[in-house]
Amino acid sequence: MTGLLPGFADPVVDAQSTFRAVLEAMARPGRVQRLPAPPAPPAPLSPAAGAVLLALADGETPLWLDAGADASEWARFHAGCPVAADAGGAEFVLAVGTPPALSALEAGTDEDPHRSATLILQVAALEEGTGWRLTGPGIEHEHRLHVTGAPDGFLAQWAANRALSPRGVDVILCAGDRVAALPRGTSIKEG
Amino acid sequence: MSGYNFAYLDEGTKRMIRRALLKAVAVPGFQVPFGSREMPLPYGWGTGGIQVTAAVIGPDDTLKVIDQGADDTTNAVSIRRFFARVAPGLRTTESTAEATVIQTRHRIPETPLREGQVMVYQVPQPEPLFRLEPRRAETRRLHALADYGLMQVKLYEDIARHGRVASSYDHPVMVGDRYLMSPSPIPSFDNPKMHMSPALQLFGAGRERRLYAVPPYTAVRSLDFEDHPFVPLRANGRCTLCGSGESYLDEVVTDDRGGRMFVCSDTDYCGTRQARMKEAAE
Amino acid sequence: MYVAVKGGETAIANAHAWLDEARRGDPSVPELTTDQVAEQLTLAVDRAMSEGSLYDPGLGALAVKQARGDGIEAAFLLRAYRTTLPRFAASLPVDTGAMAVRRRVSATYKDLPGGQVLGPTFDYTHRLLDFALAAEGYAPARSEEAEPGEDAAFPRVTGLLAGEGLMAPEVASDEEPADVTRTPTTYPATRALRLQRLARGDEGFLLGMAYSTQRGYGNSHPFVGELRQGSVAVTIVPEELGFEIEIGEIEVTECEMVNQFKGSRSEPPQFTRGYGLTFGRLERRAMSMALVDRALRAEELGEDATAPAQDEEFVLNHSDNIEATGFLEHLKLPHYVDFQSELESVRAMRAQVEAERAAPQAFKEAAE
Repeated sequence: MTGLLPGFADPVVDAQSTFRAVLEAMARPGRVQRLPAPPAPPAPLSPAAGAVLLALADGETPLWLDAGADASEWARFHAGCPVAADAGGAEFVLAVGTPPALSALEAGTDEDPHRSATLILQVAALEEGTGWRLTGPGIEHEHRLHVTGAPDGFLAQWAANRALSPRGVDVILCAGDRVAALPRGTSIKEG
Repeated sequence: MSGYNFAYLDEGTKRMIRRALLKAVAVPGFQVPFGSREMPLPYGWGTGGIQVTAAVIGPDDTLKVIDQGADDTTNAVSIRRFFARVAPGLRTTESTAEATVIQTRHRIPETPLREGQVMVYQVPQPEPLFRLEPRRAETRRLHALADYGLMQVKLYEDIARHGRVASSYDHPVMVGDRYLMSPSPIPSFDNPKMHMSPALQLFGAGRERRLYAVPPYTAVRSLDFEDHPFVPLRANGRCTLCGSGESYLDEVVTDDRGGRMFVCSDTDYCGTRQARMKEAAE
Repeated sequence: MYVAVKGGETAIANAHAWLDEARRGDPSVPELTTDQVAEQLTLAVDRAMSEGSLYDPGLGALAVKQARGDGIEAAFLLRAYRTTLPRFAASLPVDTGAMAVRRRVSATYKDLPGGQVLGPTFDYTHRLLDFALAAEGYAPARSEEAEPGEDAAFPRVTGLLAGEGLMAPEVASDEEPADVTRTPTTYPATRALRLQRLARGDEGFLLGMAYSTQRGYGNSHPFVGELRQGSVAVTIVPEELGFEIEIGEIEVTECEMVNQFKGSRSEPPQFTRGYGLTFGRLERRAMSMALVDRALRAEELGEDATAPAQDEEFVLNHSDNIEATGFLEHLKLPHYVDFQSELESVRAMRAQVEAERAAPQAFKEAAE
């Protein structure tokens, strides 16, 4: 560890603008949002994944991540979140490599479907207009989303996750300074 | 108001509300419990809406606050002034078109909403079933099972007794074909505006500690029956000030001999129309 | 011509100015100081602190003064202030067994170790208006009752019963209790959550609920095992120090109600406990809380839970006077949009009824 990298330049304003971008992404699945002021977290975390983490996680949200010691230390220091040993017990799961299976994450219960994990999934690139065909709440007709670097077999896992709805895991995709989201109710078809 | 954080709430509280809002958007119409804080305004005055707005707004936003459709009602003025004091940089407006965040009590503006806008509804009673089943432990179970028979029976009895559905405001809606939801006490006239709205709609109930959401372009169906379809009601008249025959009207009593007139409840809509009429006349 | 009612900033500012003036009252009468409130209206301050969930007699006095003596408004001011405060630490549980006792009575034993200590109580006063208090320069007679010494020991009545195996033991738990001010209550709630909600509940509501249990709504046979009042030390363990330090003392009142329990298949007949603890010197409040706590244990003890005071969701959801008064008083806010929709709805229904009366035959046919 070579000195701790800073978090948000302005913790109040940057957390708000990041949240609004994520809210917009979650409300309009497949639309790509650019974060205005992401931090520069330690590699391999992307600025977007770092920003989402700082904006949403804290001492009340157990975090599981696979991004190495520097990233863990950074998250612990700036967000203060307890690190979960098991992804199944985490409220936020941040994956830069192959993520744990969606079915291994907390999906909530019928009475408390909101008590489900959010997967912050770092991918290589996010582009609108081509790729997957998304439909569901938040989408007027169809949104297209091209995800470079989605994990193998993701769509099959997603279909199983969607079938749990209203239970299920929600996903926030991060690439560079961009985010897009897949709430559990979104239906995805290969483009 | 130095000494208070931007938008009054501390960052930890905002994060807690923000996490709950994201889950609310991901499960349209489901009431997410949240750790509602005691606000410096009384419960019933919009503490849920205020907390949602405080968690959402930033210095780049333009906030509009209405109560009964009007920007100049006392509580709307009071809430707008609260945010102007505690959120430096935030702009406030009375124009629906200019606003990025609209906090409302009891109305949806007449001017169609657009993408990029966030509606924040103040909700006194988030549980649509509460008059039929007051126990929240039980209604939680009914929502889990999507068992809304109680409400169907109630509406059916209304029709049998009155020939029509008797709820004229806070008429329950089905969101995304899954959750029964209170649209907040808006007149049923406004219900259709929720269906497939381009704007994001957020709902906050402070005292009951629940928040919920309807994402944009989401099906919101007012409960009805095939042979007794939902009919939104408005007073049969025109606005005395702007002449609108489409807007929702307030009835104003002008004397004690039955004299009355109608005016738009939406002051921005009415004012804009009056200004246009004046321009056209000149 | 119609002019829309403008409830603008000026109207609000004027109302606030008028309120300030009304609070002050006749300016020829000397203004009340918060010290006077804190020293002479102690029970009003204690109640505001209890329902406001904030122990600070100085702020409590300010709240009572600012609220013009309205208890709920005063508690609300303290709550709204409390939510903005940073949290430095969570205190350890206070040890009421080690209380510096000013008053201690038991209704179950004529005498007991430590004795009965009446202390400053209204109990045996004749409720005759004391006109001497209205006169200036009134000096109270010196109290002759000896204060219990620092090292006086007051073993608990419930402990004496427990020694004989007659008192149902409480289940000890090291689990961190949830915080009702931060997490929404779901039902069934834990006893820790229940006690938290009762501790800040409206005194009138608690009293009414407790009274109902005495009148047969819920079967309870309560005895005041012990009521004790005095000061206890508040201690914390700062993370950087790792050992306990005392940060101050607070006045509290504790009530342990002793109730007969007929026993169940797994438990022999014995006594059970209802517990009440409150800031300050609010005996009625501590006693009410203890009765309601015991009533809410019905299910846990295998008793029929049929009375209002035994209904956990009902009691806890309606005990908070800040919530209740807000929702009740919000009816003063404009509701004319909803009322308009009701007007249209009632008019439409009447039109239908009148049309049916005018031409019943036509309607009958149409219906068929």
